[in-house]
Amino acid sequence: MFDVTSVKADFPIFRNNPGLVFLDTGASAQKPQVVIDAMADFYARDYANIHRGVYGLSQRATTHFEEARETVQRFLNARHSREIVFVRGATEAINLIANTFGNTLKVGDEVLITEFEHHANIVPWQFLRDRIGIKLVVAPMDDTGGLDLIRFQELLGPRTRLVAVTHVSNALGSVMPVEAITKMAHHVGALVLIDGCQAAPRMPVDIQDIGCDFYVFSGHKTYGPSGIGVLWARAEILDELPPWQGGGDMILEVTFDHTTFQGAPARFEAGTPHIVGTRGLAVALDYMTKIGVDVIRDHEEKLTEYGARRLAEVRGVRLLGAGQRRLGVLSFEVDGIHPHDLGTILDQHQVAIRAGHHCAQPLMDRLGVPATARASFGIYNDESDVESLIDAIKSAQSLFRR
Amino acid sequence: MDLRELYQDIILDHGQNPRNFGMIDHPSHFARGHNPLCGDKVTVFLKVEGDRIVDVSFEGKGCAISTASSSLMTEVLKGKTLDEVHILFTAFHDQVTGVNDHPVIPDSLEDDFDRLLPLAGVRTYPTRVKCATLSWHALEAALKSGGLVAEPVKTE
Repeated sequence: MFDVTSVKADFPIFRNNPGLVFLDTGASAQKPQVVIDAMADFYARDYANIHRGVYGLSQRATTHFEEARETVQRFLNARHSREIVFVRGATEAINLIANTFGNTLKVGDEVLITEFEHHANIVPWQFLRDRIGIKLVVAPMDDTGGLDLIRFQELLGPRTRLVAVTHVSNALGSVMPVEAITKMAHHVGALVLIDGCQAAPRMPVDIQDIGCDFYVFSGHKTYGPSGIGVLWARAEILDELPPWQGGGDMILEVTFDHTTFQGAPARFEAGTPHIVGTRGLAVALDYMTKIGVDVIRDHEEKLTEYGARRLAEVRGVRLLGAGQRRLGVLSFEVDGIHPHDLGTILDQHQVAIRAGHHCAQPLMDRLGVPATARASFGIYNDESDVESLIDAIKSAQSLFRR
Repeated sequence: MDLRELYQDIILDHGQNPRNFGMIDHPSHFARGHNPLCGDKVTVFLKVEGDRIVDVSFEGKGCAISTASSSLMTEVLKGKTLDEVHILFTAFHDQVTGVNDHPVIPDSLEDDFDRLLPLAGVRTYPTRVKCATLSWHALEAALKSGGLVAEPVKTE
């Protein structure tokens, strides 16, 4: 049985900040003690550079590092651990794809994204468009806050080479039908990249079930450290991709005339990586797995529904994307109070929410708002946090009513 | 800090009922301000004759702080010379960023500066300072660009 109180006790941030109502896990999750300890222990006991030394310490560090890759493999249900590339985060993962797979595209080829995308899944494709002359096509949101699947399918065509889509919208919480999207995309021969930043912390992800070709997420949103993230790519695709960044660890042999490269994943991991970060990430994923990722999903889904219902009961509050199955994220507006003011006032009540455009300015334009207030949940949140949010909103309303 | 020090009545009043809102007829200068942190956009319109601002207005969607700041700015700056605008801008900027709590203000501008003081509450909210300064920066950009426009400016 899932017990929020005991889960919350695993996170020292709440002990050190009594009264904190943290509703910004969508931006970054808090860290359980096991992750903090594992990273400190690694530095204290086993740290050296990896893949280098013949000495025992380096071998222990390398073992931790490669075991972390296997943990991620299990977490995503990937076929091989060599399909897991460690990167700084989802942003770097998408840039990596744009600069390797992207470079194989030709003028007029199309990359299809959606209106829901985070800037990290827009800007790298704009760079590619400007560099190579691909066409960036955008599938619209429907009026309920979901993807317009009919338009999406119409926009797929023989020139579509890649579909790059979020799994769960970071701004609205809408869950995308990624299995259907993948089937449609594969039908026209396009590859599929899924941005799992908001999904990986909140729901079981089985990349073989989804059938996609690339899946990316950031460690800091799955209760691990920042500066480490994951690119998963199907082995047969990864093996064909050219290298991206050049440097140590990604080479077989270097002369001044010629260099040969490692196979995947080392080929894409130039330079010394965030070694200890991979350990922190692995422990965080194990922590989630121990609780049960399906249990986490059920908890957050119930909490999201509860929050949506309670917010809808407050006069003057309007939920955005209200027609959708949502997970972990609630975006809303309060009549007469700008999100930025709301954020400041809520902060005085120790309620931390995000107020802004959520790195999704095109989506804000589409919704016709400059910004929204966003409450996002983590495994340590419960109904009492929703109630604190509602009380704080009401207090903001009475302040502004004077 | 008490929220009422930040959200004083005058801020809420100007935030909810901004003065000089909308485009003036035949502005001689204008500039847009954009706060990428929150997505707020404000456009400041000016009519400058000689060295004097004879009319000023603003448009845009913003938070209570930014709207109130724009509103109070337009009230204070109407009829001021460009030198006076510069003095007020510098003093206001120093005040809200906490660079200088007691800027030296000529007697003639003291009442005007006092009108802006309710915004000083942002000092203790570092993420909100830009809300208070956004329209002032737009104003400065408009003046610096020499933004003479032959036709009335069309907003988007």
